[in-house]
Amino acid sequence: MGKITLQHVNKSFGEVAVIPDINLQIEDGEFVVFVGPSGCGKSTLLRLIAGLEDVTAGRIDIDGTDATHLPPARRGLAMVFQSYALYPHMTVRKNIAFPLKMAGLSEEEQEKKVQHAARILNLSNYLDRRPGQLSGGQRQRVAIGRAIVREPAAFLFDEPLSNLDAALRVTMRQEITELHQSLKTTMIYVTHDQVEAMTMADKIVVLNAGNIEQVGSPLDLYHRPANLFVAGFIGSPRMNLIEGAEAARHQAATIGIRPEHLDITEGGPWQGTVGLTEHLGSDTFLKVTLDTGELLTVRANGEVALRHGDRVALAPQQGKIHRFGPDGKALA
Amino acid sequence: MARAVSPRRKTLTTLAAWSVAFIIFFPVLWMILTSFKTEASAVASPPELLGADWTLENYAEVWQRSDYPRFFWNSVVISLGSTLLGLAVAIPAAWAMAFVPGKRTKDLLMWMLSTKMMPAVAVMIPLYLLFLKLGLIDTRFGLVIALMLMNLPIIVWMLYTYFREIPGEILEAARMDGAGLVKEILYVLTPMALPGIASTLLLNVILAWNEAFWTIILTTTKAAPLSAFIASFSAPQGLFYAKLSAASTMAIAPILILGWFSQKQLVRGLTFGAVK
Amino acid sequence: MSTQSSRLAARVMVAPSVVLLFIWMAVPLAMTLYYSFRLYRLLSPDRTGWVGFTNYLWFFNSPDFWLALWNTLALVGGVLIITVMLGILIALLIDQPVKGQGMLRILVIAPFFVMPPVAASIWENLFMHPQNGLLAAVARGFGAQPILFLEEYPLLSVIGIVSWEWLPFATLILLTSLQSLSSEQLEAAEMDGASALNRLRHIILPHMTRAITVVILIQTIFLLGIFGEIFTTTQGGPGSASTTLPYMIFKQAIAAKDIGRAAAGGIIAVILANIVAYFLMRGIGRHLDA
Repeated sequence: MGKITLQHVNKSFGEVAVIPDINLQIEDGEFVVFVGPSGCGKSTLLRLIAGLEDVTAGRIDIDGTDATHLPPARRGLAMVFQSYALYPHMTVRKNIAFPLKMAGLSEEEQEKKVQHAARILNLSNYLDRRPGQLSGGQRQRVAIGRAIVREPAAFLFDEPLSNLDAALRVTMRQEITELHQSLKTTMIYVTHDQVEAMTMADKIVVLNAGNIEQVGSPLDLYHRPANLFVAGFIGSPRMNLIEGAEAARHQAATIGIRPEHLDITEGGPWQGTVGLTEHLGSDTFLKVTLDTGELLTVRANGEVALRHGDRVALAPQQGKIHRFGPDGKALA
Repeated sequence: MARAVSPRRKTLTTLAAWSVAFIIFFPVLWMILTSFKTEASAVASPPELLGADWTLENYAEVWQRSDYPRFFWNSVVISLGSTLLGLAVAIPAAWAMAFVPGKRTKDLLMWMLSTKMMPAVAVMIPLYLLFLKLGLIDTRFGLVIALMLMNLPIIVWMLYTYFREIPGEILEAARMDGAGLVKEILYVLTPMALPGIASTLLLNVILAWNEAFWTIILTTTKAAPLSAFIASFSAPQGLFYAKLSAASTMAIAPILILGWFSQKQLVRGLTFGAVK
Repeated sequence: MSTQSSRLAARVMVAPSVVLLFIWMAVPLAMTLYYSFRLYRLLSPDRTGWVGFTNYLWFFNSPDFWLALWNTLALVGGVLIITVMLGILIALLIDQPVKGQGMLRILVIAPFFVMPPVAASIWENLFMHPQNGLLAAVARGFGAQPILFLEEYPLLSVIGIVSWEWLPFATLILLTSLQSLSSEQLEAAEMDGASALNRLRHIILPHMTRAITVVILIQTIFLLGIFGEIFTTTQGGPGSASTTLPYMIFKQAIAAKDIGRAAAGGIIAVILANIVAYFLMRGIGRHLDA
């Protein structure tokens, strides 16, 4: 079981309210990703759930019991840290067994669980090594192993992949997702990388300046961003935002159109000049400066034979325009 | 700085560096040499080196005349005891300062160091009277306490600088893993900081071993360590150079050997963890 | 990582150190303060009573006091200057590519292991003694008169001895700091056309600032209380030529057996130490990210 409820959770450091007021429900077995720019309070929120920081006010329930004032060890949660936080003076075996040893399990039971975790994580051959002798990905797996053996109510991940190189990051992303599918335990995952959020999450919580901007499934957020912040944050390349006369024509203060929802067609309503072009092979990204002054990013499939200085006309796809009011909120 | 230099320059700098090192070391060397000469040879003019009368007589005499093993043992107990006790008190304090720092942490640390600036002589009499009243005069326990308190600020400071190099996340991981405060310090922090703790231990054993004020003021016979042993030799026997040298050598030899063997940790410790 | 409980734990963990040090400092200090206003002579134990600032005035009116004050500061300052300057030079020398650097370090560190009474007596007897000392023999070898170190230059001699004791400390800290300087920085400076002297001034010395700060701070702490070296060698003499404040207090307590006066001197010494500490922290504390 791993159902976590936050009610009016608030955290201040001195005068500064890092998290003004948060309400959130995390269902058992969910993979929830907290995403947001650095300094948005996502790590603090995770640490509040972990019990590594006190809430200033509010209540945290884990599986129906009030855990607000429980010490971290008694919340039944396991955490994987950004730096992995492995114990450098212990072997992999001892690292993984440490929480079991703290819980007072017998040596045989410890060994059994360590072996089991090592098998799941492909670490069986490395049990007698020290963390210093392992690669980044292996260290990451040891950290996860240490979390698994506790059979926690939920796993907490604090930007666990940010120290890995790009290729390894993709592999580990898949491993963690697979792990979630086999364990079916609640996972809360903090990242600033919206790609990680989109690919891994059942539910994404977008945070900004300590507030929840939107909660929803990845595609929810992609198709129906609740406000300008989410619209700009989710999706890569970023959504194009246009203000002024063009927006007013759609009865909005701002309109947004994703780069992949712009077609290059003769006679499109928006005329402009091609600036920078990025050829990725599968796609081509074009920066187009409209005659009205806006700079738009266009994502075209395959290779496009347009060059710097060429004139183009763009047409937004039907029904893909997002409209936002003057307060930044999405209009129905 | 491994940079290419001409062999000629390397020879010259090597020569210069060794000369300087030899000059710095020479007084110790000369004392050791003198300790193996006869008294006549020790004061001969011009000084004798190759033609000196070498003898072990001085050591035999010093050994017979005074109870060296007792002084030695007192030194061991006092310097090791005060340092271990100091570590036991300082490790929790340094943990708190390094991992739960507050606005006042730096001030507190500076205050601790400033207590060491108080000249010992200034509080000699009150402390003597206090120790007398508490029955601690001429006890090893009394000296252990006194030297522990004397070196405590240094121990706290050194540990603090070493602890700060340990990432806080690891201690948090231990906390998540169910380790209480004591286990967190015992199983995670202490083993990780072991090199730093060893350096701290070494340096403070040496400081305590070489302490020669309180160890002399607060002892008479029973608990007197080697600093008192040597003090008793230098005063009245003014002219017995060879024997004085032998006694001096015996007083510093244990720590000199310990220091040389653990040179690497010690140099690290010497920098008080403040220089990398 | 701070929850209320960990902050509470931190207080509990710091408490023993703070309480012990506070007692160790405050109780003797309070007693000293008390005695400093009392008439308390061991030679006339019946006559006691409050005497106001008499004990303090005795110090301020004694010409020896001002000399002792000067001697104390000269000793601290002199040793600091010598050890830091020589320390930098020797560190620069040893840091060159030389053969047997490890062994060199062992030789250089040796004086640090020599306890002060032994150091003092080696220098007094084996080196500075006007008849039997090695330095006298060297002087005679050159046909010169032996220098009467402890008689004619007592304070300088003490400064020399103490500098020898502390030189290893300074040298090794400075050497460690020097070795942590990246050679790329120096090579970049060389490419930029900086001469060896300029590299020393603009790269090496700034890099060593923190190390020099540590040397000055730690040495000052120990040097302010220097006592054993003077006791063993000059006994503060001849006259009061090498009497420092701690030694003057010691003389009042042990020779004159005037506890009241010694206590007053102790309070003055504590105030002096605080003044020095204050200026030290103001002056160099910012280099210490302690």
